[in-house]
Amino acid sequence: MKMVLTGNYAAAYAAKAARVEVVSAYPITPQTQVVEKLSEFIEKGEMKAKFIRVESEHSAMAACIGAAMAGARVFTATSAHGLIYMSEMLWWAAGARLPIVMGVVTRAMAPPWSIWSDHCDMLSLRDIGWIIFFCENAQEVFDSIIQAYRVAEDERVLLPVMVSWDAFQTSHTAEPVNVLTEKDIAEYLPDRRPIPYVINFDKPFTHGSLCYPDKYMEFRYLIDYSMSKAKEVIKEADEEYGKLFGRKYGGLFEEYRCSDAEAVIVTMGAISGDAKYAVDLLREKGYRVGLLRLRVIRPFPASELKEKLSSRKIVCVIDRNISLGRGGVMGVEIKALLRDVPVVDIVAGIGGRDISYVDIIKMFEKALKIVESGEIPEYLWYGVNVEYIKKAVGEYYESPSI
Amino acid sequence: MTSRRKIEHELLTPISRPNEGSAGLTGFWRVFKPIIDKNRCKKCLLCWLYCPEAAITVDEKGYPTINYDYCKGCGICANECPVKAIRMVEE
Repeated sequence: MKMVLTGNYAAAYAAKAARVEVVSAYPITPQTQVVEKLSEFIEKGEMKAKFIRVESEHSAMAACIGAAMAGARVFTATSAHGLIYMSEMLWWAAGARLPIVMGVVTRAMAPPWSIWSDHCDMLSLRDIGWIIFFCENAQEVFDSIIQAYRVAEDERVLLPVMVSWDAFQTSHTAEPVNVLTEKDIAEYLPDRRPIPYVINFDKPFTHGSLCYPDKYMEFRYLIDYSMSKAKEVIKEADEEYGKLFGRKYGGLFEEYRCSDAEAVIVTMGAISGDAKYAVDLLREKGYRVGLLRLRVIRPFPASELKEKLSSRKIVCVIDRNISLGRGGVMGVEIKALLRDVPVVDIVAGIGGRDISYVDIIKMFEKALKIVESGEIPEYLWYGVNVEYIKKAVGEYYESPSI
Repeated sequence: MTSRRKIEHELLTPISRPNEGSAGLTGFWRVFKPIIDKNRCKKCLLCWLYCPEAAITVDEKGYPTINYDYCKGCGICANECPVKAIRMVEE
């Protein structure tokens, strides 16, 4: 059934279709509409689930953990400060191997306060054992949440999954979305088998007890092992989804006009739509360029990306995030894979600053010039108000030296 | 698809089931040892109730008995005893 939905409502419809049994969440812009819609479904009786109201995101994740331990399929959603506030519990969810799925509407961190998108909130939690998806549009949000449950609950994985999308560009923009119902996806997504374990009051156990140095390391190895297995499971889940419902996203990343491309632009999230348009225009100008949109950040598709990118003449990574004092996160990770390919990492769109297709064309042409000059900086900033910086500190470097 | 390996789900994450002394014999942590004087004891069992380690059990005559394998010597029992029937003696 086709509906006009925002990214946030698409997420709520997906959680409903996935037959989620427990939702626990705390409101935060720009995520609020996700759980608002879910509470509406539950109150109307359209969704047989329990909504647990809590006083904070830390408690929201704690409630999700408890419910998942009891065997339920659970969902929550958050953004920025809410996500960081629940971060202690996020480690717990991964360490307990609970297949929780969470929507993350990426939003810049304060101070200064911002409600607009960049990916620093989600990326600052990239190393904690959660699988991370990043979506381009409302349809992909819907499809990825359903796929996420398939992946999380697979016994080869048993890890929680964040499904992320950009504030406003995706969260609040209404688009036509093909909505599947509980019935449509019942076969693709069967009821949750409560593994790895489930609370049983007759046979009590303690979970996550103290592990001395002779025991702890193996549990971290096992998460890392399952992350590596998850790559195949994600590809399978996406393939099968495509067969059944006609939409798939390339599994770990999507390629656009890449097959003969000498240059590849790498993006993530909502700007990828503009980037595809920019690629079309650049092609008309005669550049053999393609786009690679990262869809899964963890597990990082290292070997797959290496295979796709190592024979290109230039890779231009547009990072809507900044690891302060290091550069764009994806730029750093992609540079680590490619020894012989020039990689230009551009930090742009921080705090919701708009990135249009014109900006992407400018960034690409700039990257070409940089590569021609032979001196490639670790990273560079794009779109900064230079006058303001000069007023503040008396000088401006596009590429801070690190 | 490659063949599936069998996964022991309960080994993926640390799970411990309740059993006696899962942290080992904690009695050796003790510096002071509680000793019950049965002549003074009124069998009120406040010591049994307050022992944070469940290291005090009740014998067939209703007297509290201390399991020195696990008693850490915290002295709470001696402190709670209303008739001063428990002495703390240095090990």
